[in-house]
Order: sequence, then structure tokens, then C-alpha cells
Amino acid sequence: MKRQKSYSYMDISKGSNVLFNVILIVLSILAVIPFIFVVIISLSDEASIVSKGYSFVPESWSSHAYEYIFKNGADILNSYGISVIVTVVGVLIGLALIATYAYVISRQTYPYRKFFTLVALIPMLFGGGLVGNYLVVARLLNLKNSIWALILPLAMSPFYVFVLKSFYRTSIPDAIIESAKIDGASELRTFVSIVLPISKAGLATIGLFLTLGYWNDWYNAMLYIDEQSLIPIQYMLIRIENNINFLAQLGSQQGIVSEVTRNLPSETVRMAIVVLTVAPIACVYPFFQKYFVGGLTLGAVKE
Amino acid sequence: MWTRFKKNFGLTAIALPGLIWFILFSYLPLIGIVIAFKDYKISGGFFESLLSSKWVGFDNFKFMFATNDARIMVRNTLLYNMLFIVINIVVPLFIAIMISELLNKRGAKAYQTMIFFPYFLSWVVISYFVWAFLSPDKGLVNRLLVAMGADGISWYSEKKYWPFLLTFFNTWKNLGYNIVIYLAAIVGIDKTYYEAASLDGASKWQQIKHITLPQLRSLVAVLFLLAIGKVFNSDFGLFYQVPRNSGALFPVTQTVDTYVYRTFRVIGDIGMSSAAAALQSIVGLVFILVANYIIRKIDRESALF
Repeated sequence: MKRQKSYSYMDISKGSNVLFNVILIVLSILAVIPFIFVVIISLSDEASIVSKGYSFVPESWSSHAYEYIFKNGADILNSYGISVIVTVVGVLIGLALIATYAYVISRQTYPYRKFFTLVALIPMLFGGGLVGNYLVVARLLNLKNSIWALILPLAMSPFYVFVLKSFYRTSIPDAIIESAKIDGASELRTFVSIVLPISKAGLATIGLFLTLGYWNDWYNAMLYIDEQSLIPIQYMLIRIENNINFLAQLGSQQGIVSEVTRNLPSETVRMAIVVLTVAPIACVYPFFQKYFVGGLTLGAVKE
Repeated sequence: MWTRFKKNFGLTAIALPGLIWFILFSYLPLIGIVIAFKDYKISGGFFESLLSSKWVGFDNFKFMFATNDARIMVRNTLLYNMLFIVINIVVPLFIAIMISELLNKRGAKAYQTMIFFPYFLSWVVISYFVWAFLSPDKGLVNRLLVAMGADGISWYSEKKYWPFLLTFFNTWKNLGYNIVIYLAAIVGIDKTYYEAASLDGASKWQQIKHITLPQLRSLVAVLFLLAIGKVFNSDFGLFYQVPRNSGALFPVTQTVDTYVYRTFRVIGDIGMSSAAAALQSIVGLVFILVANYIIRKIDRESALF
């Protein structure tokens, strides 16, 4: 009898379970409701926003914003394309740089391992700040208004290097590399044909980190890009916002206002751009979440 | 030595592209620190300008601290960080425990996935979310206020609300991430502790208080110290994009990072912005080294290096 009762001590009471569920449901709704709200606004009729403001239950629905973007939104689609290109190219370059560097510092027999580890460690502690970064990218490398200014600065990060290094150390047995060496394979060949194929899970994690970093980046565009044709979607949203602020400051100076207003997307179109920006993340992240979580728990430098 | 270099050349060559990246994007920018001590003038190329600019000692720092802005940004950065550190450590701890104790495990997974969602969004996107609620004329909040007979609030020019709003947004975005960190640790706690405790008749609350919380103590210490190491940094997007760069809000939204950006890109004062950035780097380094030293004492495994 006593035994039976003690088993229930392993679980919280029914009442607590209900309470916890209620709290967590509230938090879950809070987490996703702003996005749902923006989706609703993007599908509202423009006229109902003008009269009623943003609402969860618009007077009438309309897919006009999306039709507009796909028919007349050449700039918006171009920005979307830039974001896609930057993300794809950036992830590939980033993976190549991180996978190679992390592999080299993961090799216990490599005599310069300590040096290369230190090179990656110092930037985690100390950086040159905005001015130094800007001068190097814009003045020295001359990447102002170049798509490479959006790609190269984000390609590598010490943290990712150390995450992947830990992954290699735990999942690639030294014996495999030794036997490849005995068979006479070169270092590069060993890396490409033996190490990479068995590191897919680790590479997927890093690829996911990188994808998110590139897709969500607006900072580099804000610093280095003025040219309309090279603006990624996130920065496009900032520019639209700036124009609205500019309008608000001008108040009722009619002449200039109409000029700016004409180029400004309507309320619903703006929110539709936000939805299209978030959509790829919202669609894939539930499936990739486990890789992401896996990556977070690795990553100490430790020698 | 030469033969050793030749023998290992294959591996060195593989690391070379990464090494070049670090030199270009991590080490060359360190000249930003040097510039803080110079009267930087552009004359010809990159290195030419650097060499021909005069040394001015701590002048840039003196000018910076003579302004009211400098005091405000230092105060804001430190105060917001202190607030964020406490909230981001305590709130997710309790929610992670709730999730781990749920009787319906599928629900737990679903809640975790949803709460994690905001972490994957950029601050630019979030600033549009916020606008949908706080826009003075069309925003949902003001519409409700007006419907209830109250006056609408012009959110983007009333600074008194923003310390609360920014804290809320920051918690909202990062909650899921912090929960994941705690859940990983909770899953790692030895199950036999709980079995033994329940055989001894300890209630679930007692188990949480006497097993779960003490087991998480070193993780909490590590998270706390890591955050202390970054106490002079701020999330630029949160303080710049979310308040829509509104001038009326500067007294409560200006942090070291927004100050550096505005002085450099808007005002174009290389001296003061590089001084602020250099200060941030140096203070940051000291804090990280101290924090890491203490973490090593507490829990060697969790130390950064």
C-alpha cells in the first residue's frame, strides 16, 4: 500500500499539471501571436485598416498585398533574391572555411594546433569594434556596395569553429585517419573523402546557424550597401521604415510628401513583406530545431 | 623545424583559408583600437591614413566623456544588462522546470517549440511586430485604449514606457533559447536521485527544491558570469531598430553600441566613436577574463578556456 503511494511522488499532482499547462499555453500563444497578427494584417483589406486600424478581425479580407508584390514588386522580389543568394553562397563558403579550420585544430597530432586554436580564441575575447571593421571592409578591401560585404564578414565565427571541433573530436576516431594515412592518402583527400561524409550531422548544425545568421542579417547591409539592386530583404524593411519616419517628420509639406508616398508600399504590402521574410524560418525551424539544440550544448574550447 | 613544417604542410594548407579570414576580419580590425588614440584623418590609402594620423593620447576619450551622451550610454548599458541578467536567468529556470515536470510529454515538446520561435526572428522583423501593436494611430493597443474611453499613447515619443517595453521584448525573444539551455541540464540530472527521494517520501516540490535546483546551481553561476562578461555590450537591434531610432527615446535607448553607430555613421566622428568602441573592447576583455577565472574555480568543465 505504502509502496504504491510512493510511486506517485515521481509525478507532480494533477492540479499542478493543469496550472503548468495553463501558464505554458499562455506563453506559447504570446510567442506566436504577433506573427499571426501580422499575417492577418497582410491579408486585410487596405480600406479596413484605414478605417479600423490593425485588427485581428478585419472588416474584409484581401490577398491584394501578395498579388501586388508578385506583379509589381520588382524591387521587393529582387531584395528577396539577394537575401537568397547571400544566404546560399554564404552558407557554402562559411561551411568550407569552418569545416577545414575546425578539422585542423581537432587533430591531436598536429604540432601547430595550439597556435591555430589561439588564433580562433582571441577574437572571442577581444574585437576591433565597429570603426575597425568598417575601415577594413570598406576602405582596405573596398567592398562598399559589393555583395561580398554581406557574405564575407559573417562566413566564420570562432564559436562555430569550436562547436564543430568538439563534434569532430567526439565522432571521428583517430584510427580512421591513421589508417587512411597508412594507405597513403593525402591530408586533403582524407578530409574530403573520409571526414566530411561522417560529419554530416555536425555540418548540418553549423549550416543551420549560418543560414539563420545570413537570412536575418541587416547590420552589414546598413553599413556597406546603398545601391538599390543589392539590398537584402531585411534591410529593405529598414529602408521602408526610415521613409515612413521621414514622412512623419515632414508632416504636411505636400510637395515632397507625395513624391515619397508614391514609392512607399501600403500598410498591407509592408506586413506582407514581413510575412514573406519570416515564412521560410517558420516553415523549416520546427524540423531543424533538434540540430540547433544539439549545437548549443557543444562548443566549449577546452584542450 | 623545417622538416616538421614540411611534414605537416598538408594540414597547414587546409587551415590556411580560415587563417586568412581571421587575419582580415578579426585581426586587422584591431586597428580600430589604435585609431582611438589618434586623430584619424583620411589621406590616401588605408595604411597610409593610419600611419600619417597624429597620436593624441587619451584626447578622444576625454572629449567623449565631456558629453552628456557618454554618461547616458554607460548608465543605460549597465542598468539594462543588470535587469536582463536577472530576468534571463530566473524566469527561464522556472519555466524549464515546469516543462520538464509536465505529465503530457507531447505538450511539453509543443510548448518548447512555440516559445523558441521568437529567437529565430531578426529585430527588424520584431520591430514591425511591435509597430502593429504600438503604432500611435493604427496600433492595436491604442485602438483598445480609445475603445475603452482612454486616450491613446504616443508610444514612440514617451520615454517612460521603454525601459519596461525593451525588457519585455528582450525576454520574449530570448526565453526559448535560455529554456533549452536549462532543459539540457535538467535532462542530465541523475534519475536515481529522484527515485531515492520519492521512496523516502519526498514530495515533488521537495524534490525540485532539494534536487533539481541545487543540481542547476553551477549552471546558473556560469550563465551569470558569462553574462557579466558581456555587461558592457548591448543588443544593437533591440535598442536601435525596435524603438525605430526615435530621437525622443534616446535618453532610455542609447547604449554603447547605438552610441558608437550614431557617432560614427550619422555624425561621422571617428575619434569619439572609436574611443567608445575601444573602451567597450577593453572593459569587455577584463570582464570576460575575470568571469572565466571564477568559472574555472566553480566548474572547470564550463569554463570558456
